[in-house]
Amino acid sequence: MSWFLLKRFASFVATLLVASLVVFAVLELLPGNAAQVMLGESATPEAVAALEAKLGLDRPAALRYLSWIGGLLQGRTELSHSYDVPVAQLIAERLQVTLPLAVMAMALTTMIALTLGVYAAARHNKLGDVGVMAFSQLGIAVPNFWFAILLILLFAVKLQWVSAGGFPGWEDEGWWGGFKALLLPAVSLAVVQAAILARVTRSAVLEVLREDFVRTARAKGLSRRAVMWRHVLRNALVPVLTVMGLQFANLITGTIVVENVFVLPGLGRLVFQAIANRDLVVVRDTVMLLAAVVVILNFVVDVLYVLIDPRLRSAHA
Amino acid sequence: MTDALLDVRDLRLHLDTARGRAEALRGLSFTLQAGETLGLIGESGCGKSITALALMGLLPERARLQGSIVFEGRELTTLEDSAMSALRGHRIAMVFQEPMTALNPLHTIGRQVAEPLRLHLGLDAAAARAEALRLLDRVKLPDAARRLDAYPHELSGGQRQRVVIAMALACRPRLLIADEPTTALDASLRREVLALIGEGVREDGMALLLISHDLELMAENVGRMLVMYGGSVVESGPTDEVFRRLSHPYTRRLFAARPRLGMPRGTRLATIPGRVPELADIPPGCPFSDRCGFVADACRAAPPPAFDVGPGHRARCIRLDAVLAAPLTEGLR
Amino acid sequence: MRHRSFVLGGALVLLMLCAAALSLVWSPYPPAEIDVANKLQPPSVAHWLGTDVLGRDVASQLLVGARNSIVVGVVAVGIGLGLGVLLGCIAAARRGWVEEVLMRVADFGFAFPALLSAIMLTAIYGPGLLTSIGAIGLFNVPVFLRISRAAARGVWSRDFVLAARACGKGPWRITVEHVLPNIAGVLIVQATIQFAVAILAEAALSYLGLGTQPPQPSWGRMLSEAQTLLFQAPRLAVYPGVAIALSVLGLNLMGDGLRDLLDPRLARQR
Repeated sequence: MSWFLLKRFASFVATLLVASLVVFAVLELLPGNAAQVMLGESATPEAVAALEAKLGLDRPAALRYLSWIGGLLQGRTELSHSYDVPVAQLIAERLQVTLPLAVMAMALTTMIALTLGVYAAARHNKLGDVGVMAFSQLGIAVPNFWFAILLILLFAVKLQWVSAGGFPGWEDEGWWGGFKALLLPAVSLAVVQAAILARVTRSAVLEVLREDFVRTARAKGLSRRAVMWRHVLRNALVPVLTVMGLQFANLITGTIVVENVFVLPGLGRLVFQAIANRDLVVVRDTVMLLAAVVVILNFVVDVLYVLIDPRLRSAHA
Repeated sequence: MTDALLDVRDLRLHLDTARGRAEALRGLSFTLQAGETLGLIGESGCGKSITALALMGLLPERARLQGSIVFEGRELTTLEDSAMSALRGHRIAMVFQEPMTALNPLHTIGRQVAEPLRLHLGLDAAAARAEALRLLDRVKLPDAARRLDAYPHELSGGQRQRVVIAMALACRPRLLIADEPTTALDASLRREVLALIGEGVREDGMALLLISHDLELMAENVGRMLVMYGGSVVESGPTDEVFRRLSHPYTRRLFAARPRLGMPRGTRLATIPGRVPELADIPPGCPFSDRCGFVADACRAAPPPAFDVGPGHRARCIRLDAVLAAPLTEGLR
Repeated sequence: MRHRSFVLGGALVLLMLCAAALSLVWSPYPPAEIDVANKLQPPSVAHWLGTDVLGRDVASQLLVGARNSIVVGVVAVGIGLGLGVLLGCIAAARRGWVEEVLMRVADFGFAFPALLSAIMLTAIYGPGLLTSIGAIGLFNVPVFLRISRAAARGVWSRDFVLAARACGKGPWRITVEHVLPNIAGVLIVQATIQFAVAILAEAALSYLGLGTQPPQPSWGRMLSEAQTLLFQAPRLAVYPGVAIALSVLGLNLMGDGLRDLLDPRLARQR
């Protein structure tokens, strides 16, 4: 297809590989004896030896790595140390919460940020622009978990519209119940991200507005609004997409924190409980999954670039 | 002359510059008949490009325009943007200087040429595409049929400028404003591009306002010219007349400062002492007074009125007698 | 207008620094002093911001918490700056495959958010101040690597560097004498912004219990304790959050202001 995409794909695979190596190295090799760490200081040598055998820690590192990766690619995972069920099963359960939450948050972020960013650019240096920039500065400065707590304070404690945390499951109270439980968490994630993205959108749009072809479009008789919709927005998308890609990493981080604020049984809580239980197996696989998601999403962004900008499609871009 | 295509009266423009508010146009007035070719000549900073933007209604946000621009009997200065948008690209069109960045890199050529057709003439997609092809052929774009679906980055600068001209001529405007249309192009392309514009003028009976700093260009392409300096017209008249009797000191300097083939070796190039002043620094009175070889005290007192030099030929200088009597090389370095 | 950001931001940052400096010599009460009899007091003359669930003085905790945030910020950004700029300058000076490899490393670093590395490190080494400094410092490296490489490349292509090379100056001397002074402005701006990011990251880690451990006060942990008491004492959830937000806001404004002040072109466009 295009040289650009090919390079990005190779980069994508390489990054995944390196990520897996790093995760493996840090969680299996660094601690020295993983079994010792998992059982704690007070464990008896026999218990440690037993766990070592169970986890196959006596095999050489390279072999363990390959068997882990091989298993992941085939969808097999090892058993969780604390729950004694395959990690894949745990992850699948928790995804039911984390996935909708992340999607809602991203959707909200995009809607809020793009609207505000374009609005601010169109009202450059007037009151609307100043207002959006002020909101953006505040949004960036506010920690998302604090904003979440404030939301809980307002909507759960004072107004009592929603509960202060927890997740009723998708079956018990149906779609609406689950949705309600994810609403505040999604909003607290979205507002902070939107603050950053709105700024970027605004400056991207302002940059494009300065370009000559915008002047040409106006000279052709297009109204300001038509110029914005037909000529400016698509051109502004490239820098905006870049930042959105960078934000996925923040989204993952934010989701972990926010799940803990609202006590939602998602991947974030899973990782946390695993740390408390010193369940390195779960930590390793979950971290790998989260890192992989970020890398995959960034690759998707690269593909989108090619779709948007025809200059990247030619062989000699 | 109420049946002039374009009647500009006493145009004054105030703008934000790096040094604060300044007056960019100081009482500009001229008329343009249907089918006429008019040139606006001057160095950068004299206000010629901003005049074009004023005519198109594309001035920056904080610009204040006073005076009157009457086009086809309508006053443009008080028109709201939606009405002005209906005129732009339809009755008045403009070609800008830099072809490399004039086109949207993410849209195909065909789409961009068809855009004014669909917008102003209401053509549907198929009809607009066919007409776009015809227009591209008319500007002699090689392999036009294939180029309809090409993107701007696949075309050279000269080819892009042809596309820009095609877009400008698409709806057969009554007035075409061309702001330095060939400055960014190789010398070999200049003739062709100007020929294309000239054809459009002749075939469609279009009026042309050609803006440039190049005297040769003016000589070959426009019937009448205005010499601008410091936001005012300092000399105006039929091209032949102006060239025959260079009347304003600035015009003389401009003419003498051209390097010419065949000058004897060692000839120093004539220069105009000083530099083009920034808008904020233009002196009161005659704008050229700080650099003029014929300056007198009275020149700085008030902006000079226009005096007749010949049929249809006028110049704003109170020292015309001295200037016209002096040989062409007087007052040059 | 350009100066407004810098001045306002600078004022807020100064406030935070003074609070931290003050805490070194004095605070209204020892922040860790437990006084259960006086728990959950509203603000009064004795306790300006009230007390928490263990009777500890909130104002004192905020003061000492400032110190904590600053230490993490300075050290973590310092690590990122030192290592990142070193690598970035090497990349810009060497070019070729060295540069490629370093840029891949930077790309990779961006894929690994701070919290993720903190989680991994904590799972092994246990939570604490050092772990959080390490994790935050680690993710600052790619940021400074990228920025310093891009800026350094710009300097390398300038004429005066070409002249220096023509005189026979080696890459190290050029880097020290020419590149570093010219990229310093960009780095200072970025460092200010990264400081803000570090404070936010430390707060998140402390909130989750992965950062500074008790009895050392930290703003993040104050928030997590306050959350359990939202019904009884909602005000406890407000103070530490405001402290964090104001510090971060101040740093961001200062960074923006610095950027405008240092870039003549941008200043003109406003």
